[in-house]
Amino acid sequence: MADGAREPLVQVRGLKMHFPITSGLLRRQVGAVKAVDDVSFDILPRETLGMVGESGCGKSTTGRAVLRLYDITAGSIRIEGAEIGSLSQTALRRLRPKMQMVFQDPQASLNPRMTVAAIIGEPLDEHTRWGRRERLDRIYELMDAVGLNRNFANRYPHEFSGGQRQRIGIARALALNPAFIVCDEPIAALDVSIQAQVVNLLEELQERFGLTYLFISHDLSMVRHIATRVAVMYLGKIVELAPREALYADPLHPYSQALLSAVPDPDPSLAEKVERIILTGDVPSPSSPPQGCNFCTRCPQVMPVCREIEPETREVSHGRFVACHLHDATHDPTGGRTPGTRQEPNQQGVTR
Amino acid sequence: MSDGVEPVLDVRDLKTVFHTRGGEIHAVNSVSFHLRPGELLGVVGESGSGKSVTMMSLIRLLPSPPAEVRSGTVMFGGRNLLKATDRELRRLRGREIGFIFQDPMTSLNPVFTVGFQIIEPLRKHMGLNGAQARSRAAELLDLVGIPDARRRLRDFPHQFSGGMRQRVMIAIALACDPKVLIADEPTTALDVTIQAQILELVKDLRRQLGMAIVWITHDLGVIAGIADRVMVMYGGQVVEQAPVRELFADPRHPYTRALLKTVPSVRGQREPKLKVIEGQPPMLGAHPAACPFRFRCEHAFDRCGDENPLRRDVGHGHDVACHWNPAETMVAHG
Repeated sequence: MADGAREPLVQVRGLKMHFPITSGLLRRQVGAVKAVDDVSFDILPRETLGMVGESGCGKSTTGRAVLRLYDITAGSIRIEGAEIGSLSQTALRRLRPKMQMVFQDPQASLNPRMTVAAIIGEPLDEHTRWGRRERLDRIYELMDAVGLNRNFANRYPHEFSGGQRQRIGIARALALNPAFIVCDEPIAALDVSIQAQVVNLLEELQERFGLTYLFISHDLSMVRHIATRVAVMYLGKIVELAPREALYADPLHPYSQALLSAVPDPDPSLAEKVERIILTGDVPSPSSPPQGCNFCTRCPQVMPVCREIEPETREVSHGRFVACHLHDATHDPTGGRTPGTRQEPNQQGVTR
Repeated sequence: MSDGVEPVLDVRDLKTVFHTRGGEIHAVNSVSFHLRPGELLGVVGESGSGKSVTMMSLIRLLPSPPAEVRSGTVMFGGRNLLKATDRELRRLRGREIGFIFQDPMTSLNPVFTVGFQIIEPLRKHMGLNGAQARSRAAELLDLVGIPDARRRLRDFPHQFSGGMRQRVMIAIALACDPKVLIADEPTTALDVTIQAQILELVKDLRRQLGMAIVWITHDLGVIAGIADRVMVMYGGQVVEQAPVRELFADPRHPYTRALLKTVPSVRGQREPKLKVIEGQPPMLGAHPAACPFRFRCEHAFDRCGDENPLRRDVGHGHDVACHWNPAETMVAHG
């Protein structure tokens, strides 16, 4: 999936994260929640890979697994060429400065008993042997970078608003000069007027420090704004991965089409024009995904083959990957569709 | 403001304060609005803007203390709800004014079956007997698009998914055929594809049942798609009110203008840089003698700090509470 010119910073192949379901007195494993099931992608240096999908699709688990916050079930994760998929947590510790995370809920991810300075300085205590002066300078530097007033260094998280707390979380992630940051729904808990502030900050920091992001979000319009390329997940799998403009202009996978068409537009004149694909039913349980394609139970364009054989991910055009039988190699490269004309969804796609 | 049609709900000058250890919080400050029959009024605002508290105040669902509805009138069916007795209110809630809350996970009682929870208001308010209520309940579940409705009545809330639970909540709210339905962020906890299902459902139900709806949300996209008229709230006040197309085409309040620009779109033009509303939402502690948006407003001037602007009519059923007037340079102060 590499661009050819640039080596990917993060390379994920066949990543699986299955959580066991145990039952009975002996906690025998009776099944598994396949939260992430065979996911592969690359992230190029200094780009932002957006990862979208609905709750339970495995996007957050993917983000956490890539940083090895879990012991993964299978697969390979290479960061700057080094394989970390199979490393022990002790060995990982040395690599942690390179890869950091910004969490969703700034209320829950900041220790309420630590001051801002202690929170931002904690990674420094863990991974450097800096003296007090040096450490404090770095903390101030970071607070400046994320737009927090230095005078607030000795305050506690509860004294800050949601947006400011998220800035503290970002400063902490930046403390050790990471190359790669996983942003797991960093704006989901924030008010609309504050979201833009945080997104602009993330963009500025990326520019300034040459950061690479995996930006996980369910907010498709914000991902369109920040991401270079976007992966769409459904039930533990990436169903489509494409450059931003291509995906938003012409989604290829029926799920991406439905997902994008479902986003309401802040424009009443547009709202009437948009042809919405309303999916019926709910997402199946990841502990018992359907046979064949995971989306076959809700797909408006389902074919008999979809209920039997799982579609493979194919590169249908340069940099565009899609896992759908509509785009199988037996069809022509455009997948039997002329770009721009949209196939009519059948009746299964419309609510009664 | 009634333009000939008698409103089903008419709220005037509603003020709600919370008594806290840190002093009084002015959560709702002189809010006035009306709702016409069959109309869908969208209420937009951020957390803390007072949109939910306004709606809770008018049917007196806030615990008191700490809340106190200090003044105002809420006219509904010829009565002032703020003067109504608890008995009268109990008869009204659910029967004539239906409520849908944000979180379908916590607003259904987990220890009762869904059927029981739909049947309860039917028996209490509508005087139906067991069999009648049961078949009406099945009809309602069917109406909101839950397959196999009769059997599902015996299921407990945890046996439904989030979207399905919200459908159950809607069924309960619709049970007694209320004149007014108040929906407080009914799709916020749901995924977009499920949200799209619910929005379609509500549009359908409106066509069939013709009730008036107040729809509270922070999502401008949702509002654009379903509302007839929109009321924008900020800092416990109504800052702007207009028919939906008018509001999106010609927003007057600096807050509304900024809000519309700060939200990126999935369609249309992609802006290289997001427009930002600097600063933080206001604390509602002090008694608001000034415009609550002044610290974040790019047009703020002296008067904004001295005097809280009143809502003024700007034509086309559009009003705005703001001192700034781009055209005012030519017009003398009136």
